[in-house]
Amino acid sequence: MIEVKKLQRADHTEIQVKGEVDASSSIELDNALQSSLDESKKIIVDLENLEYISSAGLGVFISYLEEIKSKEIKLVLCNMKPKVYDVFKILGLENLMEIVNTKEEAEQALNEA
Amino acid sequence: MKRELTISCSKTNLLRIRQFVKDVLGDLDIHELEAHKMVLAVDEVCANLIIHSNQCDPSHQIDISIDHPDKEKIIFIIKDQGITFNYNSYVEPDLTDIVSSKRKGGVGLMLVKRIMDKVEFSHDKNCNICRLTKKIDS
Repeated sequence: MIEVKKLQRADHTEIQVKGEVDASSSIELDNALQSSLDESKKIIVDLENLEYISSAGLGVFISYLEEIKSKEIKLVLCNMKPKVYDVFKILGLENLMEIVNTKEEAEQALNEA
Repeated sequence: MKRELTISCSKTNLLRIRQFVKDVLGDLDIHELEAHKMVLAVDEVCANLIIHSNQCDPSHQIDISIDHPDKEKIIFIIKDQGITFNYNSYVEPDLTDIVSSKRKGGVGLMLVKRIMDKVEFSHDKNCNICRLTKKIDS
């Protein structure tokens, strides 16, 4: 249903999320994101294989926005399918989070000031 | 055309609920992006009922029906017998407050209200009834 992988890249952490994030599975995303925030200042979340996200998954991202800001962590989401991006847009989260189209753009964004 | 699903109150059943709604909307030829949002709205209501109204008790059940009475709308009715949700006292939270409080919850019903054209909660005997109406372009 959900598969979350955490990969250590040369200068950042990459989280890959596959499947569907809902109230029964959001804990796995939460664990991966929490541990990445403890370890890294630069994080890419690759959502290429994410088919579905509900409020439980959005809530995970929302709950760390303050920490990201206070610890000056760069977190970039990329590769969202249009149907997934639509869900972020319903709440206007694209204005609160950095969301780009491709992983290349995400890597560039990490290195911007 | 009316399609129904009765399922026990377990979070792992949310996947089956979504598949049911997706299948019905697929049969109705609803555009994928629109269907995806309706699936999300039903999932949000069911997740709330399963977790908050029925404490994930698998001996409890929820009933979901989808009706397409005419070309212009789809009606989703979700019934349960758990703790009644008082929609009249619901005040939509401010997203900035949720962000600053670092809460993980609180946006489910916001999504439902923004996706659906009409959201109604009522109570009949021992039954809680949530009725969601979505207008569709014919």
